[in-house]
Amino acid sequence: MSTTVSLTVNGKPCTVEVEPRTLLSALLRDKLGLTGTHVGCDTSQCGACVVHVDGKSRKSCTTLAVQVDGAEVTTIEGLAAADGTLHPMQEAFRENHGLQCGFCTPGMVMSAVDLLHTNPSPTEAEVREWLEGNICRCTGYHNIVKAILDCAANLRGAQQAAE
Amino acid sequence: MTADGIGVAVRRKEDRRFLTGAGRYTDDIDRYGQVYACFVRSPYAHATVDSINKESALGMPGVLAVFTGADVAADGLGLLPAGWMIHNKDGSPMKTPGHPLLVADRARYVGEAVAVVIAETYAQARDAADALEVDYTPLPATIATGTASKPGQPQVHDDVPNNTAFDWCIGDKAATEAAFANAAHITKLDIVNNRLIPNAMEPRAAVGEYDPGTEITTLYTTSQNPHVARLVLSAFVQLAPEHKLRIVAPDVGGGFGSKIYVYAEETVCAWAARKVKRPVRWTAERSESFVTDAHGRDHVTHAELAMDANGKFLGLRVKTFANLGAFASLFGTATPTYLYMTLLSGQYKIPAIYGEVDAVYTNTTPVDAYRGAGRPEATFVVERIVETAARELGLDPADLRRRNFIQPDEFPYQTPVLLQYDTGDYDKHLTKALDLGDYANFTIRKADSAARGKLRGVGFACYIEACGIAPSAAVGALGGGVGLWESGTIRFNPTGNVTVHTGSHSHGQGHETAFAQLIATHLGVPVDQVEVVHGDTMQTPFGMGTYGSRSLAVGGSALVKAADKIVAKGKKIAAHLLEASEADIEFTDGKFTVAGTDKAKSIQEVAFAAYVPHNYPAGVEPGLEESAFYDPLNFTFPAGTQICEVEVDPDTGEVEIVQFVAVDDFGKIINPMIVEGQVHGGIAQGVGQALMEHAVYDQDTGQLLSGSYMDYCMPRADDFPTLKVGLTETPCTHNPLGVKGCGEAGAIAAPAAVMNAVTNAVGTMVQMPATPLRVWEALQSAAPAAAAE
Ligand code: FES
Ligand code: FES
Repeated sequence: MSTTVSLTVNGKPCTVEVEPRTLLSALLRDKLGLTGTHVGCDTSQCGACVVHVDGKSRKSCTTLAVQVDGAEVTTIEGLAAADGTLHPMQEAFRENHGLQCGFCTPGMVMSAVDLLHTNPSPTEAEVREWLEGNICRCTGYHNIVKAILDCAANLRGAQQAAE
Repeated sequence: MTADGIGVAVRRKEDRRFLTGAGRYTDDIDRYGQVYACFVRSPYAHATVDSINKESALGMPGVLAVFTGADVAADGLGLLPAGWMIHNKDGSPMKTPGHPLLVADRARYVGEAVAVVIAETYAQARDAADALEVDYTPLPATIATGTASKPGQPQVHDDVPNNTAFDWCIGDKAATEAAFANAAHITKLDIVNNRLIPNAMEPRAAVGEYDPGTEITTLYTTSQNPHVARLVLSAFVQLAPEHKLRIVAPDVGGGFGSKIYVYAEETVCAWAARKVKRPVRWTAERSESFVTDAHGRDHVTHAELAMDANGKFLGLRVKTFANLGAFASLFGTATPTYLYMTLLSGQYKIPAIYGEVDAVYTNTTPVDAYRGAGRPEATFVVERIVETAARELGLDPADLRRRNFIQPDEFPYQTPVLLQYDTGDYDKHLTKALDLGDYANFTIRKADSAARGKLRGVGFACYIEACGIAPSAAVGALGGGVGLWESGTIRFNPTGNVTVHTGSHSHGQGHETAFAQLIATHLGVPVDQVEVVHGDTMQTPFGMGTYGSRSLAVGGSALVKAADKIVAKGKKIAAHLLEASEADIEFTDGKFTVAGTDKAKSIQEVAFAAYVPHNYPAGVEPGLEESAFYDPLNFTFPAGTQICEVEVDPDTGEVEIVQFVAVDDFGKIINPMIVEGQVHGGIAQGVGQALMEHAVYDQDTGQLLSGSYMDYCMPRADDFPTLKVGLTETPCTHNPLGVKGCGEAGAIAAPAAVMNAVTNAVGTMVQMPATPLRVWEALQSAAPAAAAE
């Protein structure tokens, strides 16, 4: 028993055959070959699978493919500019060594981007609290928090310069 | 110093692919015709497997095959072996029943694989696995570490009486007894080193594949040491001859020890690919990781420290029960012995030490090395008892440590427990940590906390660790089954860029950058012109892999040796090109120069000449590629000080870390940014052990109660303050780089620092993990006594 869903992924429209039980993470990884979205747990705790659905961060391991019919999905592969320029958050993670093994990184970055959409000037405590749903085993979070605060400061600086 | 050479915080070469979703982890590999494996696991801690009705699963949609222990045995596959032989006190060898790939007749822990179903899709394999009929007869189980060896406990293995794998000792018992007889003060401590589950964020995974043309079996897998895996699978498991077996460990999402070992599931995938003639893949669901990844720690220890009237240490005696789980895993026996009790001297002069370990089998998941492997356990014993002694004697913990430190002019220092430390300056990092943490004003902060109704405590840990286990001959003499050298190849390509092949493996440590920096400094080639290749037995020289903080000290040293060979050969070629005598050629910053002149050839020009040898010295081989193997003379001994401050809420028992300072001596540093990152991550794991992480088994049924992230508390971002880290430097004296190793230090010291702080705040003993409930209970039991004072 299968059904079709149509959605836009990283700006490209696509229509995919799925089972009713297929998860969005599986749709992205197995059907579309977008393996940047990772699966690190089976209890919706680790956040390795975070993508954006209609601009909001969402755990793709806990989202059924059929739920995103008609939605706009952005994955880590769709974050950098078309010419390869890294998104400011990606750049901040690189600059601040906010990643080691890289496994939690796509989810961390996608989650962090959504944080700054929601709250462009978070405090350190707010950043740490936002990351409750993302587990990293390598970095001790220290440089991830630093990267996000750094990115926020950079974006505010850029905005002030533009004004 | 080159702009991107040794000592510079070069941003990592590997980051771009990880940040853009272009990393290639095992589960990202996609092979034509691939099918999926799903394992059927024992729901019982201990049970006989009476029958398996394959038909119940074979009829399900998409199912290709069902294999059981009988099928694996029929193909002549062996058992997974222990890699380190320990001898009992009486000299007899330990008891090591091998771990079956699939249970033959008796399951010995919850989650042990009993059968595997192979199907076209994972969902089909899982459905069929659920449908497979297996008849079990449950047996009573042995679970607890401290009581497993008591007479009358259920036997995990029939031929291992009292579940005791070995009873081992180290040190001089008589001298230690004598030291205690003369003591003015004896401090005693009973501590539990809680069982942990490593939880690398990438679950273990495998893709097995067989090429009937070349007859080569390939296993893509999440391994920290692919060559060791190949050796074990070939020599012991008989999966395939070594030259017909290829192990590829692509990007690996964290290891922390848990991906050193050769596991049943990965092995079965490689074997099953030959049986079903299709690539076979498996990725652990996190719940499977919880019950099958080798666990860590799990010690129950009694320790006693003897001192004279001035607080000088006279002797230390320690008795530990170590839980091996149901089987001795690859390094599971070395971890609670040679990697543990050899560190009991800590940073101190302790004239006499005696330690005993009883290692027990239980009906639990096998236990093996987890970040730090034995050294966190040692540090926990030493630093908890030293701090307890200081509090008992009414001394400042820093002061008692200083009275007993090995002094800088006393190196090399031979401890009573095998190791000889080469160098160190312990007061230096203690002093720096005291400054960084503003220890002088602790009492003011404590009063401030008290004003807010909080109990503030401070705790120290002055750890030492031994990295880059070596030399190979000593490892062999102590029972190790392998050599622990490392290899490296430097290949100049004709156009002048460089490919480096290393036998070590990166799973987060940033080798692609750090090793390139080493090449930049030694050969003058910019980092972006260096490609580091690792993790494929077909492409890299035989190597021992990455664990025990060994990659730079051992693998890096091999590369330095290879670089030296490149320069030596380059001088011959340059002398010919420059029409000078070889003795007059100097090499600096990537240039061969005739001494005292401006006549020079770049290393790229020399490389080109080596591959297009039209104008070339007679008797010199073409090409510019050199390999080296490096077997270290000794371990390296990083050391440092951590100081933790906590605030405890007396109403809830909640512990908050309000300050954390770490000052480490890692010798020379290649990339300070990467080193600090390693320290941060280690601290987080150590804090996790101290305050939240705990693998809990039901003591009757042997069910893992903390088998998911809902139940096993992982450290999160809001559990930490900003960490304060610093460095001191005494270069290692016996490797060419002067480096020591930094991968485990944070995890080694943090549990002791945190628990010393918690004990200081609460005023009474709390065992790890110091959960709010435990802390609250400790406060309640301490309260009547306090009230009576
Ligand atoms: S995979 Fe862990 S939360 Fe989605
Ligand atoms: S970088 Fe490895 S889990 Fe976060």
